[in-house]
Amino acid sequence: MVKVEKRRALPEQRLRAFLREMLLIRRFEEKVEERFRAGELPGFLHVAIGQEAAEVGVCEAMEDGDVFSSTHRAHGHTLARGTPPNAVMAELYGKIEGCSHGYGGSMHLYDLERGNQGANAVVGGGLPASVGAGLAFKLRDEPRVAVSFFGDGATNTGSFHESLNLASLWKTKTLFVCENNEWAESTPGWQHSPVFDDMSKRAAAYAMPAIKVDGQDVERVYEAAHDALGRVRSGAGPVFLDIETYRMHGHYIGDPQVYRTKEDRDEAAERDPIVRLRGRLDVPDEEWLALEDEVRGIVEGAVEFARNGTDPQPEDALKNVYA
Amino acid sequence: MLPGRWLARPKDGAVPELSYREAVRDALAHAMRSDEDVFMMGEDIAEMGGSMGVTQGLVEEFGVERVRNTPISEIAIVGAGIGAAMQGMRPVVEIMYEDFLTLAMEQIVNQAAKHRYMSGGQVTVPLTIRTQGGAGWSPGAQHAQQLEAWLVHVPGLKVVFASSPADARGLLWSAIYDDNPVIFFEHRLLYPVKEQVAEKLEPVPLGKARIVREGSDVTVIAIGPLVHRALVAAEQAEAEGISVEVVDPRTLQPLDEDTLVESVKRTNRAVVAHEAVRRMGFGAELAAILQEKAFDWLDAPIERVGARFAPLAFAPSMEQYVVPQAEDVLAAVRRTVERS
Repeated sequence: MVKVEKRRALPEQRLRAFLREMLLIRRFEEKVEERFRAGELPGFLHVAIGQEAAEVGVCEAMEDGDVFSSTHRAHGHTLARGTPPNAVMAELYGKIEGCSHGYGGSMHLYDLERGNQGANAVVGGGLPASVGAGLAFKLRDEPRVAVSFFGDGATNTGSFHESLNLASLWKTKTLFVCENNEWAESTPGWQHSPVFDDMSKRAAAYAMPAIKVDGQDVERVYEAAHDALGRVRSGAGPVFLDIETYRMHGHYIGDPQVYRTKEDRDEAAERDPIVRLRGRLDVPDEEWLALEDEVRGIVEGAVEFARNGTDPQPEDALKNVYA
Repeated sequence: MLPGRWLARPKDGAVPELSYREAVRDALAHAMRSDEDVFMMGEDIAEMGGSMGVTQGLVEEFGVERVRNTPISEIAIVGAGIGAAMQGMRPVVEIMYEDFLTLAMEQIVNQAAKHRYMSGGQVTVPLTIRTQGGAGWSPGAQHAQQLEAWLVHVPGLKVVFASSPADARGLLWSAIYDDNPVIFFEHRLLYPVKEQVAEKLEPVPLGKARIVREGSDVTVIAIGPLVHRALVAAEQAEAEGISVEVVDPRTLQPLDEDTLVESVKRTNRAVVAHEAVRRMGFGAELAAILQEKAFDWLDAPIERVGARFAPLAFAPSMEQYVVPQAEDVLAAVRRTVERS
């Protein structure tokens, strides 16, 4: 385990900015759920409600020039790295104005300008490219980091093991971020991994330092990510960030969640990272309502923008197959 | 190490003679000398020089940072290549045996081939994946398959299969400098084949077929080792009064349909030939294209030559029975002539 440096608390203003970002992601995803249920959005949609602290904590600790690859639950990472909500929403509507110009959809959000190297619909599929990006940064002696987001389900893929091994062996500038949300689709962690109680053991097998952090506390996540990124950036080798978070909703929108007990759902609500941060900051009602208004305005604006977006021409499907 | 060790330079300033193996190595060395962004990853490619000795000597010149021995991790080899390529480098990764591409198919098919598309044109993946295979040494069912048909089925990939040293050198150069993922097939039996080549590396553009031998009665479209077997068959056919044209597409994707179709329109008969399994093979696509674009010019059904529908057996007698030989090409040529 890498020791997380004790430092003074983040300025309250920064934490309020985190709260705003988390709330924006939450309301954005709730809106996505609503519009999907209304039959307005095509495709498969997966939200990460409950995981906003993990997303915002890591993404806020990243620097300009850092790159990342994400998963099928990528709305939060993409928004937290600065892609405008309008561009993300337009992508979910399959519009040219979308961040992947309608070619990707929810599971393939890209934004090269902001380091988003692609959200991946194959569990574990994005990890090896993060090793390669981290290798490129090392070979070119660039102070950049490739961040790889994945869930606990991915830790059972060959891709995960080959990637951790190679990254550790070559000391690539890669940060592995395991967002352990306790579910691999409908399969609980205890049913899919013998080290579910401590995912860091996976990193230990590859002689890679790990940092375990409470993923529902954005301040702790930020600190851990900040330390991990610093170590990776210095060239000391990759780090495994073991974030224990929680997926409050189903695997996909519309998932009846027959595998989940009522107690479990109740527990989920208690672990809401936004409620927790609001309490920690003691945000008064008036301020909270103003924040809600602002965020809702942004989300409604994004829906409006997306609805008014441009549908690609059918024959555009033949573009971008080759460079 | 000096390039002289790789290039069998002739005396008196004549054009050098290069083996197919040396040609691949020469293209790699040229690219790495001229461009810091080119580097290699693969199993046993450094000190050992790869399982086929193709990369011998390169680690001495370019060092272990650029000629990287990897663990036996095909997913990570290809995937790391994708990631480095997306950062603007031009990695060349080696998959030791073509059969092991199957281990990396997720990265090749879902990732390398689709990043550009899924990103709406934002991403480029200038990655080259070299691999080799082929029957002839009795390597058995898991070390000798020809899997090019799997790859040409995937939009977003380019697929190259060189049959001669000059083509191997020029095509590999073009593959490395192409901004798309390119699968570069080499054939094991071709490594010792020698040819005189220009002193200066001449890039061969992807998507351009080569008429290897001109003829007027039958066109044989062949790839890899079947180009050489078709040439043997053509000589024998010549003695029987049949003039055979041999055309090598060289690049399977993109495919130079025009050159193939024009040849068949001249000869009015076509044979397609590869070492891979005949059923659902690349030749089936060639036959379909020819009947779509040259049906009215055909005087006989298109003949297909390829391996019989069985894995490759170990015993040499069985292995050689399964894969197509020059006699199989000749028999196909004769059938097309007999029909009309």
